[in-house]
Amino acid sequence: MQDKVLTADEVVAELSDGMTIGIGGWGSRRKPMALVRAILRSPLRDLTLVSYGGPDVGLLCAAGKVRKLVHGFVSLDSIPLDPHFRAVRQRGELEVAEFDEGMVLAGLRAAASRLPFLPTRAGLGSDVMALNPDLRTVTSPYADGEELVAMPALRLDVALVHLNRADRHGNAQYLGPDPYLDDLMCAAATRSFVSCEQIVPTEQLLENSPPQTLLLNRTHTDGVVETPRGAHFTSCAPDYGRDEAFQRHYAASAGPDEWEAFRARFLDGDEQSYQEAVADFHARQAETV
Amino acid sequence: MITRAEVCAVACADTWRDAGAVLASPFGTIPSIGARLARLTTAPDLLLTDGEAMLLAGTPALGEESSSPVEGWMPFGRVLDMLTGGRRRVMMGASQVDRYGNQNISRIGPWDRPVVQLIGVRGAPGNSVNHTTNYWVPKHSTRVFVESVDLVSGVGHDRARQVGARFHDVRVVVTDLAVLDFTGPGGSMRLRSVHPGVAVSDVQERTGFELAVDEVTETRLPTDEELELIRTTIDPRNLRDREVPA
Repeated sequence: MQDKVLTADEVVAELSDGMTIGIGGWGSRRKPMALVRAILRSPLRDLTLVSYGGPDVGLLCAAGKVRKLVHGFVSLDSIPLDPHFRAVRQRGELEVAEFDEGMVLAGLRAAASRLPFLPTRAGLGSDVMALNPDLRTVTSPYADGEELVAMPALRLDVALVHLNRADRHGNAQYLGPDPYLDDLMCAAATRSFVSCEQIVPTEQLLENSPPQTLLLNRTHTDGVVETPRGAHFTSCAPDYGRDEAFQRHYAASAGPDEWEAFRARFLDGDEQSYQEAVADFHARQAETV
Repeated sequence: MITRAEVCAVACADTWRDAGAVLASPFGTIPSIGARLARLTTAPDLLLTDGEAMLLAGTPALGEESSSPVEGWMPFGRVLDMLTGGRRRVMMGASQVDRYGNQNISRIGPWDRPVVQLIGVRGAPGNSVNHTTNYWVPKHSTRVFVESVDLVSGVGHDRARQVGARFHDVRVVVTDLAVLDFTGPGGSMRLRSVHPGVAVSDVQERTGFELAVDEVTETRLPTDEELELIRTTIDPRNLRDREVPA
């Protein structure tokens, strides 16, 4: 079987300007943040993101990587709004295709099933129709004749997701309470890359876990990256929870000067220096308490 | 002394009374107290989540969700599927709401360059055309109750009629001042009850459009049992006063 292990930078080398990229997780939960940080370090630009948005969206917006966002919301969960997403929107710099979160699901399902669209009620009567002038409705061909929204397929060039465990061949496992829509993101994408907390031998995947934790099979994964704490500062249960103190620091650092300092301290180096800077952040916090 | 927050919590609880076995999705502290209070009194069959993917068999205090046994699994993707089948009832927030119950949580100001970017339409378009939807407004003001919302996220009665949304069921708005429903002319907002100590004119002054007003009652007070449950079982840390100050 193919060995698909890559580094985060090798994954990013597979991406190109203008691509449509789906990012897994939900809000500030199990986001592929190490892969996002690798994109921040790259010259990639003009990306279209599809995301149940959290700080993945905020960071990529802050770095000017995003041309268009397809989404239903952007939130840090314990902090309702992401300040960078707000800022780029309020400067009029970000194009958005905003849908009901169930419409995003329908669009991903259509793409995963190679269908042009799927019908849904969500959106009817709301301004989502006017926000997205290309949206069309479809009339049921059956006796009910109901008018429904024809949610177009959201085809992704690439999906990026972060799971707890994977093997070298791209079988990947979630150990937390929620798969989010990661499997669907991968199925809707031409190519998918999974980062994980730990790469383990295939025979160890089910040593302590039931088979339904195996969310992704290798038909859907083109690369596997081992990147411990790679979802930081979002949650990656049960390996770790959301780093609330660090998330507060991130949200409080959105002003121009503060952001310059945040970026220099945490983001300008590689993943290892990021993780070391986070450890240093917590050590200093502990001293001041 | 009974606080305004407690009156609001009971008014929220009353919105779940006839819900049966459905997933309850309350947004905000007072709606969360309301849903738990309903489960402990009039609506024992409600399903409650821990805010993540677990359905709680118990009815724990706010913030103590992990102490409860689990009765089921409800990850986000499954919530999105379940709501299309109608076995769910929400109480959402509203940054703006108009006389027909059109709600906005997406953005204030022009669409391309909003003055204030909010969270996004989230599940509001789908919720409001798929199952019973109510709203909670912790600070009743003309900023929230507007003649026309800047962007329709949750669908109101006028638009639902126009598109023939057969499962549309937006019922009430509970605020820190009053309970409002949509039994006014043409499905417009009507003042159902004012909370004790609030005058009808107070509500009208803090509403940016004319309310239908006929027989306004006073919002009921919590019973002794309800007060005990709120204060001791559901919200012993008194988080409710942070949302609606005493």
